Amino acid sequence: MTPFYVAPEQLVRDKAEFARKGIARGRSIVAIEYDDGILLLAENPSLSLHKLSEVYDRIAFAGVGKYNEYETLRKAGIRQADVTGYLYSRHDVTGMGLATAFSQTLGQIFSHEQKPFEVEMLICEVGLEPTENRLFKITYDGTLYDQRQVTAIGGKSEALEEALRDGFEEGMPLRAAFELGVAAFRSAEDRDPDGWEIAVLERGNGRRTFRRIDPADLTG
Amino acid sequence: MTISSHGHLPIGAPIPGSSFTDLISSLGHAPAVEVPNGRDGKLEAPHGTTVLALRYEGGVVMAGDRQATEGYLVAHRHIQKVFSTDHFSAVAIAGTAGLAVEMVRLFQTELEHYEKIEGTRLSLDGKATFLSRLVRNQLPMAFQGLAVVPLFAGFDEISGVGRVFSFDVVGGRYEENDYGSTGSGSRLAKSYLRTAYQPDGTEQIAVETAVGALVAAADEDTATGGPDLIRGILPNIVAIDADGIRDVDEGLIRSAAETALGGVR
Repeated sequence: MTPFYVAPEQLVRDKAEFARKGIARGRSIVAIEYDDGILLLAENPSLSLHKLSEVYDRIAFAGVGKYNEYETLRKAGIRQADVTGYLYSRHDVTGMGLATAFSQTLGQIFSHEQKPFEVEMLICEVGLEPTENRLFKITYDGTLYDQRQVTAIGGKSEALEEALRDGFEEGMPLRAAFELGVAAFRSAEDRDPDGWEIAVLERGNGRRTFRRIDPADLTG
Repeated sequence: MTISSHGHLPIGAPIPGSSFTDLISSLGHAPAVEVPNGRDGKLEAPHGTTVLALRYEGGVVMAGDRQATEGYLVAHRHIQKVFSTDHFSAVAIAGTAGLAVEMVRLFQTELEHYEKIEGTRLSLDGKATFLSRLVRNQLPMAFQGLAVVPLFAGFDEISGVGRVFSFDVVGGRYEENDYGSTGSGSRLAKSYLRTAYQPDGTEQIAVETAVGALVAAADEDTATGGPDLIRGILPNIVAIDADGIRDVDEGLIRSAAETALGGVR
């Protein structure tokens, strides 16, 4: 039993503020469409604790905030995708289906649990055609955003998105997209990055489009 | 724990580790392996026949004929019995085709699921151990004459060599030093391989040897379908080496088949 009455507005505001503070401490991630797919770029000093992950053939996950929480979400997403694909067909696993499931889950946790998840996440899906690419952003309270071309999550996501939109061009090659991401980080964070984790969903990669990229291959 | 495409995700529920097979079992979706009560006698279902794998310098080649046989009849002429299971491994199946194909699908999903959840691939030994568990799970069906006996081959990223594993119906796992074969024509294929096998041959020699063994098996085993140049039916062959798995070029298989069939009298 709650001993004192707390207005629901107050409760939601407090929870949101708590979650936002947690997320603001995390390093940001951007996603940028390029000519052959989608680039995911995360500032990540660790070589083994990943923020970017393959979920399914054409779908990737990115999470910022509390590691154990987005890791729980990542695994749940992979389980959902693999079960659906196994019971029906690989074509029946879609970015939209997963994004709505994550949105439901985060919304549920935000309103029913004492402590909301301090995470923001992306579900990206590379289409057979560039017009079929999907970038879904899901925030701590389950709000689902359907983005185009570029998107960002984490503490500086708004400044990042603005910088990305300014420099974005349709059909950029991978290296240009990477340089745009790096420049956006520099302008939004105003400091040197702590190391990159890079992954792409690339149309020409066969069935499994997800591939990790060594930063040295893009900076060299 | 429930999973639906638009429901919410299984976050709080007790979640099994990295195994996909355990996950679907906990969801009640595991493939049924029980035999209905009161059923005795044998059920006729299409059977896959001859598959084989052989090591060569730096890799391994796996091949299978294309025929499924039901009793004295040809059930299918075009089935696939060699399946890539991840970037460095493949399974070839013999025995009850329907159950075997389903086992391969589960095995493929298992390997990919583990890789995604853990961020790293299972070792080749780990994959072989898991496959033997899947074979053992089929034991009740094997008693009804619906056995599944796969052959497993892959490139071992740790030791840098191609390896071949064969299995028995109870899930026993045996690593082969040079080549392995399973299915109705396997004895014939093995006796061909015993003389033709070259341990330090190239991939091309391994492919030619594999096709020769399949032709030898098809020649005397009525259930095995050899290369059929008139219908354009050629064996499925994959090669796995340090660069991963790929389908062997059809032109190479065709010319090997022509040579092998030319040698049959």
